[in-house]
Amino acid sequence: MKILIVDDFSTMRRIIKNLLRDLGFTNTHEADDGLTALPMLQSGNFDFLISDWNMPGMTGIDLLKKVRADPKLATLPVLMVTAETKREQIILAAEAGVNGYVIKPFTAGTLEEKINKIFERVAG
Amino acid sequence: MEQTIVENERLAQARALVASLEAGDDVDATRIIRNFPENIETDLFQEVGRLTRELHGAIIGFAMDDKVVQAVQHEMPDAAERLTYVIEMTENAANTTLKAVEESVPVSEELLQVSSKLAAEWERFRDRKMELEDFRALSEEIGSFLTLASDHSKTLNKNLSEVLLAQGYQDITGQIIRRVITLIQDVEEKLVRLVAISGTARMNEIEKAKVELEGPAVPNIEQGEMVNSQDDVDDLLSSLGF
Repeated sequence: MKILIVDDFSTMRRIIKNLLRDLGFTNTHEADDGLTALPMLQSGNFDFLISDWNMPGMTGIDLLKKVRADPKLATLPVLMVTAETKREQIILAAEAGVNGYVIKPFTAGTLEEKINKIFERVAG
Repeated sequence: MEQTIVENERLAQARALVASLEAGDDVDATRIIRNFPENIETDLFQEVGRLTRELHGAIIGFAMDDKVVQAVQHEMPDAAERLTYVIEMTENAANTTLKAVEESVPVSEELLQVSSKLAAEWERFRDRKMELEDFRALSEEIGSFLTLASDHSKTLNKNLSEVLLAQGYQDITGQIIRRVITLIQDVEEKLVRLVAISGTARMNEIEKAKVELEGPAVPNIEQGEMVNSQDDVDDLLSSLGF
């Protein structure tokens, strides 16, 4: 399972990376915004994308839209991990085709639950 | 009282005008008529002039206020600098903590792994199912485990105290942020006073610009309709068919 973590704060990437390692996912890669993430996704055979929303360059929602618009990436499971808690924004993300939405600060349990749920649904 | 004086004056002027017209004194009548609007205009101009001077004075006073000058020229850039430093400090603290945790996890994992292995063998010895040869090996393993346990405990202790010390950022960043809050309140108060002097602030017309991203929810700040917890997010998404 190859996972791309996109967040402009390196500490948050590191926290997610550590939590994923505890959950048994060791093949993780990092990008600091949508602009760096997109080419990695297009050429990297990633199985899963975890992205923040508010980032310079390209935001997470724009990255999500680009992913859904790309025929090769359209079905890639995407989990949004963000401090954005406005109802409108959550609805916007849902409409753009997000597979899960976790608000910061989060617990290891929440992250695991959402990831498992996404994989169950993708498999089923 | 003033009103009565003005009225009496106008009445007097009107009477003088009638008198001049009746007397057929055109020159005098024209002079009196010309005086009417001029008086009104003078009052208006005087009032506008007074307001302008007041506003001008307030603006000059605002600009000359040492505290404001100080705030704009030094404290505002300082505040930006301070807040940048807050980001730096919190980032350093997070990195220190993460490093300590990343170093500790394999250490505690090794302790767990070796101790479980030894516990199983120890159980075998207690049940008298162990050959002498095996016991010798076990005895040596226990000896080296004790050294390992001692070393690893020291490492864990060291990392834990690093995590503890790293929390010091909270105190310092708290103090810095509090200073910035005081500055902002000070400037806000001055701006409010300026607006109050100019009098005709059309506050209602100034609509809050629509912000696309709200950022983290902050207690006691109006940010629109925000969800409060992960459960709310889950409920909202499931109501959308997720």
